[in-house]
Amino acid sequence: MNVIKTNNLFKIYQQGDVEVRALNDVSIDFKKGEFTAIVGPSGSGKTTFLNAIGGLDTPTSGNVIINNTDITKLKSNQLIDFRLRNIGFVFQAYNLIPVLTAKENVEFIMLMQGDSVSKRSARAIELLESVGLEDKLSRRPGQLSGGQQQRVAVARALASKPQFVLADEPTANLDSASTANLLDMMYKLNQEEKMTFIFSTHDQRVIDRAKRIITLEDGKILSDVKE
Amino acid sequence: MKTLIKISWRNVWRNKLRSLTVITSIVLGLWAGFFTMALTIGLNEQRMDGAVKSYLSHVQIHHPKFLENYNIKDVIYKPDAISSSLEKNKLVRASSMRTIVVGMGSTAHGSLGVQVIGIDPEHEKEITSISQSILEGAYFTKIKSKPVVIGKALAEKLKLDIKKKLYITFVDEYGNQQKIKLKVEGIFKTASSLFDEANIFMKREDLANAIGHSGLVHEISILCHSIEHANELRDELVTEFPEVKVETWSEISPELGYANEMMSTFIYIFMGIILLALSFGIINTMLMAVLERKRELGMLMSVGMNKSKVFFMILFETVFISCIATPIGIALSYWIITYFGEHGIDLSIVGKGMEAFGVGSQVYTYLPNNLYFNISIMTLIVAFISSLLPARRALKLDPAEAVRAL
Repeated sequence: MNVIKTNNLFKIYQQGDVEVRALNDVSIDFKKGEFTAIVGPSGSGKTTFLNAIGGLDTPTSGNVIINNTDITKLKSNQLIDFRLRNIGFVFQAYNLIPVLTAKENVEFIMLMQGDSVSKRSARAIELLESVGLEDKLSRRPGQLSGGQQQRVAVARALASKPQFVLADEPTANLDSASTANLLDMMYKLNQEEKMTFIFSTHDQRVIDRAKRIITLEDGKILSDVKE
Repeated sequence: MKTLIKISWRNVWRNKLRSLTVITSIVLGLWAGFFTMALTIGLNEQRMDGAVKSYLSHVQIHHPKFLENYNIKDVIYKPDAISSSLEKNKLVRASSMRTIVVGMGSTAHGSLGVQVIGIDPEHEKEITSISQSILEGAYFTKIKSKPVVIGKALAEKLKLDIKKKLYITFVDEYGNQQKIKLKVEGIFKTASSLFDEANIFMKREDLANAIGHSGLVHEISILCHSIEHANELRDELVTEFPEVKVETWSEISPELGYANEMMSTFIYIFMGIILLALSFGIINTMLMAVLERKRELGMLMSVGMNKSKVFFMILFETVFISCIATPIGIALSYWIITYFGEHGIDLSIVGKGMEAFGVGSQVYTYLPNNLYFNISIMTLIVAFISSLLPARRALKLDPAEAVRAL
């Protein structure tokens, strides 16, 4: 079953007199439970593509259909709500809320969704245990290592049980051990909960673990290889 | 909302130095504003209080034409009836009948125009503070024959001293010139050197003897239990005694009332200017906070924090800063204003000017409690308005771009 479908997606920027086609007629489907890496050189359009399917950026033309909803037609606040209920984000620079503890950061999305205190707390503890941070619940991001912060970010992305998780170069700032731990954890969630993961990455370690590899260049899909 | 408040509160303390700087600037701004207001109001109150206590009192009764030219013939009709009515009136604390003539005070050293006020010393004591303002001599207790109490400024000008003679010349009700020889019993000093120079007090019976007509009353001066009762008493007396002119202190000396009204407006304009300056400090700080946290705000919007929550987060941060600073500013101001309200500020370096203005050289700060409340509300409103621009800036962030910001 397709959870994400893009049709003739274009994103065109104007840089001075030059027209830049960050996405150039991209049409692709993603199925539930896929573990996909989007690869390509810098400037190939990986992040723009993730932003487009995550509803963070509006394409110049074309549409993005997620669970039969064309998100390009949603208004700003509808889009924010859609993201909140359907998409988990993991950012390259972790982007945790520095004034909240690890547990509060994980609870944050559920709080926005209006879940009860007990439900939030139980889920946050469960997720932080699953990423091996059960002893760091009360630590603030500044008191955690990069790898630990990224694991909290993944736990936050998963907290609301989203349909799929978009991760923009999640291992870019991590050492080998942290990368391996993070990939193990995400792979486990993918297998156990059938959660769809889409990464943009340069990292060979991520590419090696992916079940589907989409290569972008100059905003176009060069190849789409499934295991 | 609880978490939003928690995030906002913790955000306030993320950059302690910056938040404390803004808080300090608000505290000092409020203190400067409150203190200047208290000094100005204190000065005005003292001037008003001085005028009321030294002579005006709260309400005065005259013949309708008396104050136009101080004609000795314009006397109050049936003053005893009015006096006995005043004794029964619950708004009235005390009253005093006065006989007034305008004349020339002379000594061997010179002459000056003066207002001669004939009083019943015991009644007058309850109305005005002249008896407590005696610097030298006594207040109608020592000299038996035609004693007079004069102001220090007049004594200096005419080189008068205790027991020295002062000659008063005036025109009586028949147009004849009269001359009285008075002996200085006391020298007083009020907050107004102009008053001290132009007014002398003698016994009403002595003045009646000189005029050759007892029972002439030109003025009845009334002190209410509170200055707020003045208008009410005036209205009652106007109804009861339509043949006389009844006026409150602010009608007799409108400049005092105008100064009061002007002060009320001035206070808010002045505080508005201070708060406007403070608002720019708040806007600047909050804009910096928003721009520094661009990536974080982008993330919050990316993961599903809607615009109203982002707006309220910035709003709460601004309001928290003001909510911390305002009570501290008020407490500091209250403490300092109360201290100088009790001990006064010595401005004797400009004492002459202050006395000419009608206040003493010691100024006591005073600020009504309702102003603390009003200004606090104004500060919170300014903080709210100041948060709008930074909050708007935050709302305009593009989450996709902001989340990648350095």
